[in-house]
Amino acid sequence: MNESNTLILRTAALFLMPLQLLFSVFLLLRGHDEPGGGFIAGLVASGAVVLFLFSYGVREARSLLRVDPRDLLAAGLLFGLASVFPALLVGDPLMTAQWWYLPMPGGGTLKLSTPLIFDIGVYLTVVGAILTMVFALSQAESDA
Amino acid sequence: MLIAVLSGFLLALIAPAVCAVSREWAGWTLALLPAALFAWFASYLPGVMADGAQVITYPWFPALDIQLSFLIDGLSLMFALLISGIGTFILIYAGGYLKGHPDIARFYVVMLAFMASMLGVVLSDNLISLFVFWELTSITSYLLIGFDHEDMNARRSALQGLFVTAAGGLALMAGLVMLGTITGSYALSDVLASETVLSEHPWFTPLLLCVLAGCFTKSAQVPFHFWLPNAMAAPTPVSAFLHSATMVKAGVYLLARLSPAMGDSELWTLLLSLFGGMTMFLGAFMAITHTGAKKLLAYSTIMALGTLVMLIGIGTHYAMVAFATFLIAHSLYKGALFMIAGILDHETGTKDVSEMGGLARLMPITAIFTVVAALSLAAVPPLLGFVGKELMFEAVLGAPVLGGLLIVLAVGAGVGVMVAAGVIAIKPFFGERRETPKHPHEAPVSMLAGPVVLASLSLLFGLALFIPEQALVGPVVTSLGGAADKVHLSLWHGINVPLMLSGLSLVIALAIFAFWSRLQPSLAILREAGGRFGPEAGYFRIMEWLTRIASWQTRVLQNGTMGNYLITLVMTTVLITGYTLLSQHGSTLRVPVPALDSGFAWSIALLMLVSALFASITRSRLGAVASMGVMGFSVALIFILFSAPDLGITQILVETLTVILLVLVLFRLPGFIRLSSPLERGRDIVVAIFAGVLMTLLILAATDLQFFDPISAEQVARSAPDAHGRNIVNVILVDFRALDTLGEIFVLALAAVGVYSMINLRAEDQRS
Repeated sequence: MNESNTLILRTAALFLMPLQLLFSVFLLLRGHDEPGGGFIAGLVASGAVVLFLFSYGVREARSLLRVDPRDLLAAGLLFGLASVFPALLVGDPLMTAQWWYLPMPGGGTLKLSTPLIFDIGVYLTVVGAILTMVFALSQAESDA
Repeated sequence: MLIAVLSGFLLALIAPAVCAVSREWAGWTLALLPAALFAWFASYLPGVMADGAQVITYPWFPALDIQLSFLIDGLSLMFALLISGIGTFILIYAGGYLKGHPDIARFYVVMLAFMASMLGVVLSDNLISLFVFWELTSITSYLLIGFDHEDMNARRSALQGLFVTAAGGLALMAGLVMLGTITGSYALSDVLASETVLSEHPWFTPLLLCVLAGCFTKSAQVPFHFWLPNAMAAPTPVSAFLHSATMVKAGVYLLARLSPAMGDSELWTLLLSLFGGMTMFLGAFMAITHTGAKKLLAYSTIMALGTLVMLIGIGTHYAMVAFATFLIAHSLYKGALFMIAGILDHETGTKDVSEMGGLARLMPITAIFTVVAALSLAAVPPLLGFVGKELMFEAVLGAPVLGGLLIVLAVGAGVGVMVAAGVIAIKPFFGERRETPKHPHEAPVSMLAGPVVLASLSLLFGLALFIPEQALVGPVVTSLGGAADKVHLSLWHGINVPLMLSGLSLVIALAIFAFWSRLQPSLAILREAGGRFGPEAGYFRIMEWLTRIASWQTRVLQNGTMGNYLITLVMTTVLITGYTLLSQHGSTLRVPVPALDSGFAWSIALLMLVSALFASITRSRLGAVASMGVMGFSVALIFILFSAPDLGITQILVETLTVILLVLVLFRLPGFIRLSSPLERGRDIVVAIFAGVLMTLLILAATDLQFFDPISAEQVARSAPDAHGRNIVNVILVDFRALDTLGEIFVLALAAVGVYSMINLRAEDQRS
């Protein structure tokens, strides 16, 4: 798949992609209470990159991402595993969810938790997996 | 305790960073951890000497009755001390031995993980966590043996070690599960204290055989001994660690650990004595047929392992004392000798001792401590090895079965190791000076530290026998069910049968040693014959068959036709699930009146039907993909209609990406040609209809039947208070069933890696 020559798509992609990525982070963070979550957010984020890829080509998309998607994959799995252990340190069974409430300036509280870390892991794995496949497929396309 | 066991893994994580800061001093720095662990374990000694065993428990998966619990008694503490103590010197030694090696960081990572897993094996109280650590030692030792991964030989040896030990590991797992089921607890401390008489249980024989298969493969007993000498392909620090304190001792440890529970059976005594005795003799004999310093030592390790297993099998009080003493003595001298073999190799550039000579003048310190360690190996007074050997003879004389055979084997083995000790201590250092590929000089401090300390300890413990007696042997005997106050070690027992046996073997050994060089050619012939017909040949035969069966089943099952795969998969599912459905549920199905109350829902259903039909009859691929997409979006609409927004969003996103992926693949396919005959198409239709009907029936059955109250109500109720979340779908994914999700993201990652490698390997093939 070579990059598209449509000016409209190129321009639209340039504006839409940051919004989509922002939206994916939004979905990720609110996922525990409202519709959303790591899996959906990961799909949205990879959709954003794929849209960019369709309009500007694989090479541009790769350099935009800066890291190899395979590294994202590995990082996601590591996040997922890392969320398992904090419970052990406070003496709970493995994988018990841990919550930390941090008071924020201005009266709010920041809720941090191991499920959030886990969700970030899911997010990164999904993005990494899809982009690994899409990049590999479209790379083979442009090489052939 | 938890931190003590896991600290090795944690340090392994940051070891590369330590190496990056200072390559020169990384070995010394990292060695601080095992040194600290040694001190920490030693601090448990007084308590264990006074009060016996302690159990420390941490919950791990309480739902599955898997605890991370640690059992600290004489036996585990002795092993922990050996592992951490020798580990300290190994890390220091590795810093010198692998100086300037580009992959030294990787070495430290795996080495530390290996040490930590070994500590886990000997300290675990839970059978399952013991097994996990056990397998971890197999995996890390695989990485260590194959450290030099560009060397074909190293790779093959590593794989061989892994296959043999992992095959045994599977048997061991079966054995441990049986053990847990019979006694009703997976905690070792409960198993040992259990009132059930294991040897009278009908499962005892399979249980025993499974456990022995695991321990014999790990501890290199005949006929599984062949992997251990081949593991010499590893860098010397690894061999030294593997042989002296870890890996192969894991099997010995487990046998000793279980001996109070299982040792009362005759089968146990017979098998352990027989296999141990044979291993002992064969190892000693093979040792003198080799001229490579490391090989020679490797076979003498096999001899020692055989001795230990035999002593556990004999199981008398003397045997237990002999077991503990011999084990300590062996760990000390074997660790020292392996490090010395590495020094010789490093300094002279050759592994063959028959090519060395007269090195004593150039390397005086090495020479002195080699002689000390070798004397312990040869069991000469006043070293600890002598005490161990005397006790061993004493134990063999009191053996309940096979007494005569074992004495012959023991004397033979004694002769063998004495010759081996002579070869390793005298050939390289004394006699005529010979030219070697490199000009040797004294090894650096980091490499000498280990041999010097360990060999000195062999001497010190031999002279001051009350130290090992009080601190180590006594508690070990207690934990094996013996009486510690009856333990008394001494160098001189008066002129008795064991002493005469020692003398006899010394005389024969001297005779053989004198003619060692001249005997080599005929011994080599024997060795080759053994190689051709021995168990290792059997291993290669099995591996060959494995490949052959694998390629046969690949040809049959994976013939490359996508359609065949699909038909096989779908029809298998239809048959198995359909049979279960009909036999369990029966064919009476109530078709519920569709709850679609609006024209909108009906039109979505119609749209789905039309798009499905179009997808199956169209000749355009793009059309098929697009109509499948329409179908998917309609499903998403249904989800939204029935107020499941999470599912709806997911469905839409998945559908979008599926279409994108399909489109990417689509362009790589050749144009649409109809290749299948009408008959084949008819068959495909039948298969498709079967699958569709089955799914419909399944869904109908699922909505029809309600065996249990749905758990959704309970999960909804628990979601906010327990998991601090209001979105139940997400709470289930990341909290309630997080283990499942963790598994799924691993599957996802594997799938991505699979796609990636498939596409890229294909591309490489085409280029070449």
